[in-house]
Amino acid sequence: MQDNYNKKELKVSALENGTVIDHIPQGVVLQVLRALQLEDFNDAIYLGSNLDSHKMGKKGIIKVSNKFFEKEDINKIALIAPSATIIEIKNYEIIRKTKVELPDEVIGLVKCINPKCITNNEKITTKFIVQNDLDEVQFRCYYCEKTMRKEDLEFL
Amino acid sequence: MKKDLVSINDFNKEEILHILDMAKKFEANPDQNLLNGKVIAVLFFEPSTRTRLSFESAIQRLGGRVIGFSEATNTSVKKGESLGDTIRTINQYSDMIIMRNPLDGSARYASENCTVPFINAGDGSNQHPTQCLLDLYSILQTQHTLDNLNITFVGDLKYGRTVHSLVKAMTDFNTTFHLVSPLELKLPSAVKYYIKKNNLPYFQYERLEDAIPLSDIIYMTRIQQERFADPMEYEKVKNSYILNANMLSNVKPNMKILHPLPRVNEIDISVDATPYAYYFQQAQNGLFVRQALICYMLGIEV
Repeated sequence: MQDNYNKKELKVSALENGTVIDHIPQGVVLQVLRALQLEDFNDAIYLGSNLDSHKMGKKGIIKVSNKFFEKEDINKIALIAPSATIIEIKNYEIIRKTKVELPDEVIGLVKCINPKCITNNEKITTKFIVQNDLDEVQFRCYYCEKTMRKEDLEFL
Repeated sequence: MKKDLVSINDFNKEEILHILDMAKKFEANPDQNLLNGKVIAVLFFEPSTRTRLSFESAIQRLGGRVIGFSEATNTSVKKGESLGDTIRTINQYSDMIIMRNPLDGSARYASENCTVPFINAGDGSNQHPTQCLLDLYSILQTQHTLDNLNITFVGDLKYGRTVHSLVKAMTDFNTTFHLVSPLELKLPSAVKYYIKKNNLPYFQYERLEDAIPLSDIIYMTRIQQERFADPMEYEKVKNSYILNANMLSNVKPNMKILHPLPRVNEIDISVDATPYAYYFQQAQNGLFVRQALICYMLGIEV
């Protein structure tokens, strides 16, 4: 009985092939989904939220069937979910486990903090250059050239 | 690939030096029929005296023709046309587009929407690269080099876009920076970033007198009352950053004073007659630099 119950739970959550995005901070699962443009994805996606985590207290998780992400794509979520772990699975086996890294550019994901920026006045995809070479990470708007800190970021 | 000048950083050191070198030739001979009837769009979405007229004068002295507007009120922008559409249309009528627009970042966006060369004549509080080129030219002409100079920036270092561009540009030339401003108007860390990245020395002062004897160039800017949250703070500092002739007794003989103009009272008229005043020649240099830039962008060598 006990065994069967466990198996059943496994059936829902285990992936045969695909990517698990684990250790997503609580509350941003849907933002991650959007950032990876998975809203129109055709195959199965499992979402978990408010899950217990040793490290994080509560966490979120996304499992995407039959999908492997390019490095640049997955790094987009580094802004939203810096703690995320990316686990790639083939035939139920973990083939790779990586941490997300900040990308060089952030495109179409966050809003410019400057109300006078052209991107806040016309329909334009935002773009930010990530400056990671001093003590603190900064995001420079490709258009108005104002820099933002991480805490200034407002997601679209 | 077509050339654009949106931010001074779009040009490398060699390109900047090449344009300044071309500007010397136009200073010697400003009337040359090099544009030969080319049509250049000069689009000013907000008013300007020096920048617009010096661009138009530069084009006409080179035999080119100007189309455009000096305010947006009698264009389709008034009907709600987007900047992208406006630029795409004018792109088809002209060989080059020069634009000033009050929105930050509008210049980069416009440059992406045209296939002809694009020059930013000021996008809001962001960039004004031709001012930077004429500042560089003025420094070169007065000091005969751009390397290893002591440059003092005075006044509103927080909001002054000409200061930001010139600081960035001078980090290529082993400059020592002297930054004089009230605490509220210090150079932002996003601009200091470029100084630090290049490991260059910089010193910050609240008293103008402390920096004057060290300077090869003093770059003055205006302090605007509206920049202060507390009017009392403005009253306290408003007269501390006014340069007058009496303060120039112990300067280096080669020292020159620059100002992007218009000035209000930050340079007392007593300075105008001293050999250190250079701000009016500086404004005139804008013509030669813009002639050089237009030719460079269109691939015309002189």
